[in-house]
Amino acid sequence: MIELEHVSKTFPGQDVAAVGDLTFTIPEGESVVLVGPSGCGKTTTLKMINRLIEPTGGTITVAGRDVAQMEAHELRRGIGYVIQQIGLFPHRTIRDNIATVPKLLGWEKKRIQARVLELTDLVDLSEDMLTRYPSELSGGQRQRVGVARALAADPPVLLMDEPFGAVDPIVRTRLQDELVSLQARLNKTIVLVTHDIDEAIKLGDRVALLNIGGVLEQYAPPEELLRDPANAFVADFLGTDRGIKRLSLVPISQINLDPGPVLPRSAPVAEAREMMRRYQIDWAVVGGDGRIEGWFTENDIAGHDTLDRVHLLPFQTKLAATDSLQQALDAVISSHTAVAAVFDGERYLGMVTSEEISREIIE
Amino acid sequence: MIEFLGEVVAWFTDPANWTGVNGIPNRMWEHIQMSVLATTAAAALAIPPAVYLGHRRKGGVIAVAGVNMARAIPSFAIVAISLPFSIRLGLGLGFWPTFIALFFLAVPPFFTNTYTAVAGVDDALVESGRGMGMTQPQVVRRIEIPVASPVILAAARVASVQVIATATLAALVAWGGLGRYIIDGFATQDSVQVFAGGLLVAGLAVVAELGFSAIERWWLPRGLREPSEDIARVAA
Ligand SMILES: Nc1ncnc2c1ncn2[C@@H]1O[C@H](COP(=O)(O)OP(=O)(O)OP(=O)(O)O)[C@@H](O)[C@H]1O
Ligand SMILES: [Mg+2]
Repeated sequence: MIELEHVSKTFPGQDVAAVGDLTFTIPEGESVVLVGPSGCGKTTTLKMINRLIEPTGGTITVAGRDVAQMEAHELRRGIGYVIQQIGLFPHRTIRDNIATVPKLLGWEKKRIQARVLELTDLVDLSEDMLTRYPSELSGGQRQRVGVARALAADPPVLLMDEPFGAVDPIVRTRLQDELVSLQARLNKTIVLVTHDIDEAIKLGDRVALLNIGGVLEQYAPPEELLRDPANAFVADFLGTDRGIKRLSLVPISQINLDPGPVLPRSAPVAEAREMMRRYQIDWAVVGGDGRIEGWFTENDIAGHDTLDRVHLLPFQTKLAATDSLQQALDAVISSHTAVAAVFDGERYLGMVTSEEISREIIE
Repeated sequence: MIEFLGEVVAWFTDPANWTGVNGIPNRMWEHIQMSVLATTAAAALAIPPAVYLGHRRKGGVIAVAGVNMARAIPSFAIVAISLPFSIRLGLGLGFWPTFIALFFLAVPPFFTNTYTAVAGVDDALVESGRGMGMTQPQVVRRIEIPVASPVILAAARVASVQVIATATLAALVAWGGLGRYIIDGFATQDSVQVFAGGLLVAGLAVVAELGFSAIERWWLPRGLREPSEDIARVAA
């Protein structure tokens, strides 16, 4: 856990504070993303945690210990640090780069060796890269080495300043995904700085949205931030499409599902026609008791008395209740019927409709 | 011309020129000794303050300007100026005035290159080093000096070649070295000896140059041999 209490920083020779009076807590094992416009004090805040910048006021504690009371270099050896430029040492091999902190801590050779291999695997690098130099790696590979190096001594806390800022969008997306899965396994306390709100939404358990002067405008989980922006600044920063952005964070189980135009096999065709009229559609579904067999169109029932013999089409896309509304929207848009069936395992739960999704966007 | 070259070959093959105080081995040895001493002393005195100022990234510009001003004074003038002091201080002719002149000649390349290289080490490297918990001396030893080392080596190469060429002046103030052949050759109007002396000095300079190139090639880690993209990108 990292606690900032009334932290401030005014750089020498400046009359306005880079960070005015900042108080917030980063819970153990969570990832918190600091986001905000350029110059709002994100980097300053991050660097005050590992004392690369000394605050002019307030206190910062990491795991209950006041950082100002610790030797700066000892504090830092217990905190992983990744910066945008990565800062790999060009004169050292990848192996030696990764081993930096363990060496500073005086680990034995064997232990370092084993740890380097473990990390190489963890960040998905190949072992033959260990003898190379940083200039012999691609941007994405270097970034992975940067992360491996930061994790080398297994620090409980990881500070990252725009870690994916210098790589192209495709590599960035992959590295973000890797960080998410890494974090799912490692449960570090992560503080990550970005100015990309989408990255913040994707990577943060919580997002701290800062304004110029280090003013904390809102501190909330991404879903809450998007659903309920605290003020106009936040809403503006999130953009007009914040409703759509939120869809990726809301599971289908959160919205009302329509039971759907479901009829038993034995239902007379007239009943099917009545159902279609009610729904204003030209198709319906056969099923019942948490199962559905398939769907048919108005044309398919011509000449039948009941649905018994009607030819049924299978559902192309099946959604799970845990899928996001973004996936649901995707399915709805691309399906012929403009709805998508939701299941819990094999059990049919209902239909997602575009109306329900737009209601969620507008909310 | 052919005749002249024949005389030069004869000079080199004359056994008398290979023995005694005025023989090639002794003069060569004196020349190397003087050059190595002056270059090493300059390195030892110029590099530490240059590293310190470069690490602080402060005050170096003024120091570099000062050191470079010294470079404008011709070595010949330094020999001339230091000669009376050397005699007054009882250090005598020969060694000391030459040594002082060569020392001052070698200081500027060492100081300027070292300062510039250390101060120019990418901030991202220093920041990540500090961020991982290196102390200031560790940052200097493990990052700044190694990263600056190609430029410092280049300084050593430039300085030694200059020093080897200039050590010829030692003969003017009654010291040995390969300059003896040239100065004495002038005095006795023996152009063959002058030419032979010139060849020897040039040869030694070339050997020094090649030696340093080899060190740069073999000793520097691969990652530093060419300016890495990383450094180029951040510098751009
Ligand atoms: N060393 C410094 N000396 C003086 N002012 C500084 C220093 N570092 C940062 N500042 C100022 O403090 C403010 C906050 O800077 P900071 O680097 O924390 O911003 P940021 O939110 O990280 O911005 P960006 O997204 O552009 O990286 C800015 O106005 C900046 O100019
Ligand atoms: Mg920043």
